Amino acid sequence: MAGADDILACTAREIAHAVNARERSAVEVASAVSGTVAGRDRGLGAYLTLTPQLMLAQAQRVDERVAAGESLPLAGVPVAIKDNMCLRGTRTTCGSRMLEGWTAPYTATAVERLLEAGALPIGKTNMDEFAMGSSCENSALGITRNPYDRERVPGGSSGGSAAAVGAGLATIALGSDTGGSIREPAAFCNVVGFKPTYGRVSRYGLVAFASSLDQIGPFARTVEDAALTYDAIAGHDRRDATSVDRPLETTAAALRRDLRGLRVGIVKEFATADLGAAIDRCYARAYADLAALGAELVEVELPTAKYGLATYYLIAPAECSSNLARFDGVRYGLRVAGADVGEMYEQTRALGFGPEVKRRILIGTYALSSGYYDAYYVKAQKARTAIADDFKAAFAHCDLIASPAASAPAFTFNAKSDPVAMYLMDYYTIPVSLAGLPSLSVPCGAVVPDGGTRPMPLGLQLASPLFTERLLLGAAHAYERHTRHAEKLVPA
Amino acid sequence: MRHVAKLARLALTETEVAQYGSQLAGLLAFVDELRELDTEHVGPTAQVIESRNVVRADDVAPCLDGAEVLAAAPQAQNGFFRVPKIIAAAQ
Repeated sequence: MAGADDILACTAREIAHAVNARERSAVEVASAVSGTVAGRDRGLGAYLTLTPQLMLAQAQRVDERVAAGESLPLAGVPVAIKDNMCLRGTRTTCGSRMLEGWTAPYTATAVERLLEAGALPIGKTNMDEFAMGSSCENSALGITRNPYDRERVPGGSSGGSAAAVGAGLATIALGSDTGGSIREPAAFCNVVGFKPTYGRVSRYGLVAFASSLDQIGPFARTVEDAALTYDAIAGHDRRDATSVDRPLETTAAALRRDLRGLRVGIVKEFATADLGAAIDRCYARAYADLAALGAELVEVELPTAKYGLATYYLIAPAECSSNLARFDGVRYGLRVAGADVGEMYEQTRALGFGPEVKRRILIGTYALSSGYYDAYYVKAQKARTAIADDFKAAFAHCDLIASPAASAPAFTFNAKSDPVAMYLMDYYTIPVSLAGLPSLSVPCGAVVPDGGTRPMPLGLQLASPLFTERLLLGAAHAYERHTRHAEKLVPA
Repeated sequence: MRHVAKLARLALTETEVAQYGSQLAGLLAFVDELRELDTEHVGPTAQVIESRNVVRADDVAPCLDGAEVLAAAPQAQNGFFRVPKIIAAAQ
């Protein structure tokens, strides 16, 4: 029987193949993984909760189904789940004191579909509280470290999922992305992170942050594994009215070997010279590699993209202030007693939420309040239209847009104490999110950061028109296969 | 700041009022750059995917297990969420 090292070094495709062919049982995979993850996660902190019993029970079901002749796309594949997605009977904390003791009474659709496809749940991963942050430092429940330098953050908000896959403590993982929360940590942790088109994956069972932007997507060590995971979770769900009911194309079967016939847009406003010479060289090299694969590089303009951050930091807090109103001490998790019901609400929320969540609730409440609604919220919604229109115009000249995934490699703890400095990490991902486009981050090299000692990974963001996941993943696969950057770095 | 905190049902300490007050002023100054963007002829976007009104069949279907939901609540009694008294007793 193969040990945990062998299994956790395998791709999802390899594990599923072996389990479906009955060369290895899902129970063997589950036993090997649960025997090692707890120990190896000490000092990394990717997981908040481990679910070894659920994993074993699920592995037994998978083995029975395989024995009965079924072939499952993710048979026996160990998966980590961000802790804002419900898994029935397991605590779902959202990295918050508010939900620290809350056990989910149902399972999110995306998680349910992964289990149906044969995946084995290792546990729930750390995150910035209620998915608000870019470093995981806003979690109230613990620190997650970057697998490539333990003195640095893993990114966020899906930092635990990215670190788990980057450290080899999960084969694949689910994250959620509102303004970059899959793509930025993927870039920081040397893995692939993919945010599908808004509406492609059901949000049922995902604790809402900003409902018009939130989208679930996969982390994996290869584009092909990300595609397999996406194929398993995508599709209409009647329990989420915003999930899109239109035909799905499988993506894992349509991976490309080159980029011939494709035009890749390089954004004039996203020049990388300001990011430093080493980073600038890395992206110049990445764009040159796209051309070497046969793509035609064209310059495109996104004149309103620079307003993305300001737009996002009105819309997302406004939606968050409304969504998080439900945490009032009545139905879920924490309650702090008060002299009357009003004081109970106020004290519960004061104790239950951390500083970043409070900041966003306050700014969102302000932006939606009487007298300011038009000046802030409606203005931001109009800016959002302008940004989405810019992307539409750009895609008249290209099939894909390439840019950095984040403004810098992983930074050290406490380096971004100013909220706006933290927000700037998502400069390239936020406009794409506002437009609802599918996009991903794929490893594209490494640089030694100022003051750092080890090379830290960088991510190339690729974005494409709405519902063109197949094109996007196919192209990213060709780039990954040609460059193989992820393999060149080893965790610290 | 106190008015907004009241609207958000968030108790703030004096220190927090000062701290968030100055941080929010900074954020509002940051988002103020939107003023320079001309949006006079642009409509607002609430959601990017063009969608129709979504309705579903009014079928009877299984719902969440009541006992399981209440078990995760701070306080429950007789199959309901229990909350502090909301209406004052008649004098």
